[in-house]
Amino acid sequence: MATLDYAPAPESRAILDLRSSYGLFIDGTFVDPLEGHGFKTVNPATEEVLAEVAEASAADVDRAVAAARRAYQQVWSRLPGRERGKYLFRIARLIAERSRELAVAETLDNGKPIRESRDVDLPLVAAHFFYYAGWADKLGYAGLGTAPRPLGVAGQVIPWNFPLLMLAWKVAPALAAGNTVVLKPAETTPLTALLFAEICQQADLPAGVVNILTGAGPTGQAVLAHPDVDKVAFTGSTAVGRSIAAAVAGTGKRVTLELGGKGANIVFDDAPLDQAVEGIVNGIFFNQGHVCCAGSRLLVQESVYQPVLDSLTRRLGTLRLGDPMDKNTDIGAINSAEQLGRIRALAEAGDAEGATRWTAECTLPSRGYWFPPTVFTGVTQAHRIAREEIFGPVLSVLTFRTPDEAVAKANNTPYGLSAGIWTEKGSRILWMAQRLRAGVVWANTFNRFDPTSPFGGYKESGYGREGGQHGLAPYLASEGSQ
Amino acid sequence: MTVPAREPAGVPVPMNLITGSGPDIDVERITSSPAALRAFLHGLPGVDQVGADARAAALSTRSIKTTAKSAAIDLAISMIDLTTLEGMDTPGKVRAMCAKAARPDPRDAGVPPVAAVCVYSDLVAVAVDALAGSGVRVASVATAFPSGRASLGVKLTDTADAVAAGAGEVDMVIDRGAFLSGRYLDVFDEISAIRTACGPAHLKVILETGELRTYDNVRRASWLAMLAGADFIKTSTGKVSPAATLPVTLVMLQAVRDFRDATGRQVGVKPAGGIRTTKDAIRYLVLVNETVGQDWLDPAWFRLGASSLLNDLLMQRSKLTTGHYSGPDYVTVD
Repeated sequence: MATLDYAPAPESRAILDLRSSYGLFIDGTFVDPLEGHGFKTVNPATEEVLAEVAEASAADVDRAVAAARRAYQQVWSRLPGRERGKYLFRIARLIAERSRELAVAETLDNGKPIRESRDVDLPLVAAHFFYYAGWADKLGYAGLGTAPRPLGVAGQVIPWNFPLLMLAWKVAPALAAGNTVVLKPAETTPLTALLFAEICQQADLPAGVVNILTGAGPTGQAVLAHPDVDKVAFTGSTAVGRSIAAAVAGTGKRVTLELGGKGANIVFDDAPLDQAVEGIVNGIFFNQGHVCCAGSRLLVQESVYQPVLDSLTRRLGTLRLGDPMDKNTDIGAINSAEQLGRIRALAEAGDAEGATRWTAECTLPSRGYWFPPTVFTGVTQAHRIAREEIFGPVLSVLTFRTPDEAVAKANNTPYGLSAGIWTEKGSRILWMAQRLRAGVVWANTFNRFDPTSPFGGYKESGYGREGGQHGLAPYLASEGSQ
Repeated sequence: MTVPAREPAGVPVPMNLITGSGPDIDVERITSSPAALRAFLHGLPGVDQVGADARAAALSTRSIKTTAKSAAIDLAISMIDLTTLEGMDTPGKVRAMCAKAARPDPRDAGVPPVAAVCVYSDLVAVAVDALAGSGVRVASVATAFPSGRASLGVKLTDTADAVAAGAGEVDMVIDRGAFLSGRYLDVFDEISAIRTACGPAHLKVILETGELRTYDNVRRASWLAMLAGADFIKTSTGKVSPAATLPVTLVMLQAVRDFRDATGRQVGVKPAGGIRTTKDAIRYLVLVNETVGQDWLDPAWFRLGASSLLNDLLMQRSKLTTGHYSGPDYVTVD
C-alpha cells in the first residue's frame, strides 16, 4: 500500500508587481488623498503587510464624484453604445490576459485558495465584462423601451469575499448602461480594485469614468450618501444595508442591495448522494464559507440522514486546508481577525445551545486567521446557528420528513438569497422551486454562477438583481420616465 | 473536537448507505429473481452526470510536482497492465513486451516492473514462460473478447484455456446486450459461471462503459459484477471509444468503496484504454487517493490498462532524475 503525499505546489508571486503604496484612483490617475491618511492591507494567511493604501476622506469623495459627473456629462453618456462596448471588450480582454496576476493578488489579499481565484473568480470576472460589453449597444432590447437612459453617477460599495468579482458585477453593467462610477472596495481587500484601475488606464478608458476610492466604512458612507450620486449599489451585511436604505430614503437615489443569506441546501432521499455530498461541500466550504448565498443550512430527509452525514464527514476529511497560494489547497484563510472572531462566537453559541460540533481533522497554521471545516448536527430552527449568517466554514445540519416540511423550514428565515434542491425527480424540483422564497434556486448543483443569470435576494437578503438582462434595469431609466 | 456526529437525538439509527437495510448484503436474496435483482440495482442512488463530471474535472487540477510526481510515476509504472491485444500479435511480440514488463528501463534497474501483462489467451503460455520468476503476473482476456458475443459454452472454454495455460488473471467482458435489455440476472449468472471457471485466477470484469453510456448504468454494472464475485472491475476493452474516462472511473471507485462498506470485501478497479500520458496516469492516482484513499493505492487494488503510457512515464521519470527530456529514442519500442 502506498501513499500519495502531494508535495508543496505554490503558485509563483513573481508575476505580480505590487507597489509598496497606492493612492486613490480619481479622474484617470492615482492621486494622494487630501488628508494624507493611509492604512495597510495584509495577507490573512500570514499577516504579512502587502501594501499601504490611501484612506479617502469626504473631500476625496467630492473630488471623485465631481470627476465622475464630468466624465458622465462630457464623454461617457454621449458615446454611442457600440463605442462603450469597445472599451468594455478591451477591459474584458485585458482581465483575461492578466488573469494569473490578478488571481495571485486576489489570493494574497483575500486568503482564498489560488485554485478558486484562478478557476472561479477570474474566469467569471472576465465573463461578466464580456457579457455586459455585448449589451452596451443593445440597450433598446433590455425591456425598458427603445431608448432607455443612464442614471448618471453610480456610487458602489463592495465586500471582501469576492473582491474583483463583486467589482465586475457592479462596474460592468453600470458602464455598459452609460453611467460612470465611484467604487469603494472593502477595507481588507483593496488590491485587485487598484489593479483594475491600472487596467482602466491600460484600456485608455476616458478619465473619470471609473474612480476607485479605498477606505473603510466612513468612506463607503460618504460615497453612498453623496448628494451628486444618482444610484447606490451595495453588497455586504444586512445591518449596513439597512442603514444605507434609511440614509437614501427620500433622496430619489436608486438603490440595489445584495445582503446576507442563510441558504438551505435540501437533500431528498432519492438524491444522487455522491454528487449531493459534493454540492454540500461546495455550498458551504467554497471560499471558506465567505459566500452570501452559501448553503449554510443543510436540510436532509431523515431517511438518508446517516448515510449523507457519514459520506459528508468522510469527504471533509479529504479537504486540504493551508497555504492559499498552494495549488492543491481547498480551504484557505479567514479574511480577517474580526471575521474569525465572529465565526468563533457563533460556533460557541452553537455549542452553548446544545448542537453537536464536528470538526475535520486538520492542522491549522500558526500564523494568520484560520477556522477548520465544521459541521453542527442536532441543530433546530430555534438555534442561532440556524438563523444567523455565520459567513464562515460552518454548516448547520437539520432534518425534515416531507417536502412540505422542507419548504416550510427552508423559508423560515429572515433571509432569502439562495436554496439548493437535490433529487433525481424532476417534478419535485419544479414543485420545490415554485415554493422556495429565494432569489436563486439551484437544482442538483450549488454555487454556480453565470453572467447571464440574474442574482439577488428576497426579504432581508436585499433587493434588485445583478447579472443577466435583469442586471441592467438598476442602471437605466426606462424611456419616458423622469 | 473530532467526535463524529453519529447519533444526534431524533434521527434514525445508522444504516447502510446503499441498501438502507443494514451492514450486510444478502446476495442470494438480491439475485433470487430477475425482479429482485432489478429492484436492487435500480434502488442504488443515481449519479448526476454534471456533478460527476465536475468532480472529476476539479480533481484533475491537482498539481503533483517534484517528490510527489516522482513517487506517483513509480507507483503508476507498478500498476500497469502492459497490454497487447491485436490480431497481429505473435510470440515474438509478446516476448518483447514481457522483457519490457519485467525491466521497463534497460538503463535503470531502479524502475519497478509493471504489475502484469495482458494478452489474448492463445499467447498466455508464451508470456508465462517469458515472465517466469519475474513477479510480473500474466493476465488473459477471455469470453469472446472484445464483443462478448458467443455462447456461454464458448466463453467458459475460452476462460478454461487461459487458466490452463497459466494465466493468473482473467479479464472477461460482460454481455452488454443482455445488460442494456435489462436481463441483469443473465449477466450475473454468466459472470458467476466464469468466476467458477477461473478457479484460483483473479477475475477482472470489463463493463465496456463506452457502450453502457450512462453513469447510472456504470454504477449498476459495477455492483452487478461485484455481487457476482469480480475481483476487479474494469472500464473498457480498449476497442470501443470512449474507453476509460476520469468520471467513469470515479463512479466505479465510489462503487467499490460503497461495496466494501456494505460487505467488507474490497474489489479492485482498472481503467483501461486511452490512458497515454504521465499527466493522465497521475490524474487517475489522484482520483483514487481522494475518492477511496490509500487502501486502493496498490497494484493489488488498482491497475492501469495501457501500452504506450509506459514509455511516457519512463521519459518523465528520466526528466525528473536527469533534469532534461530524453526523447523517444531513449526508451524502447516493443
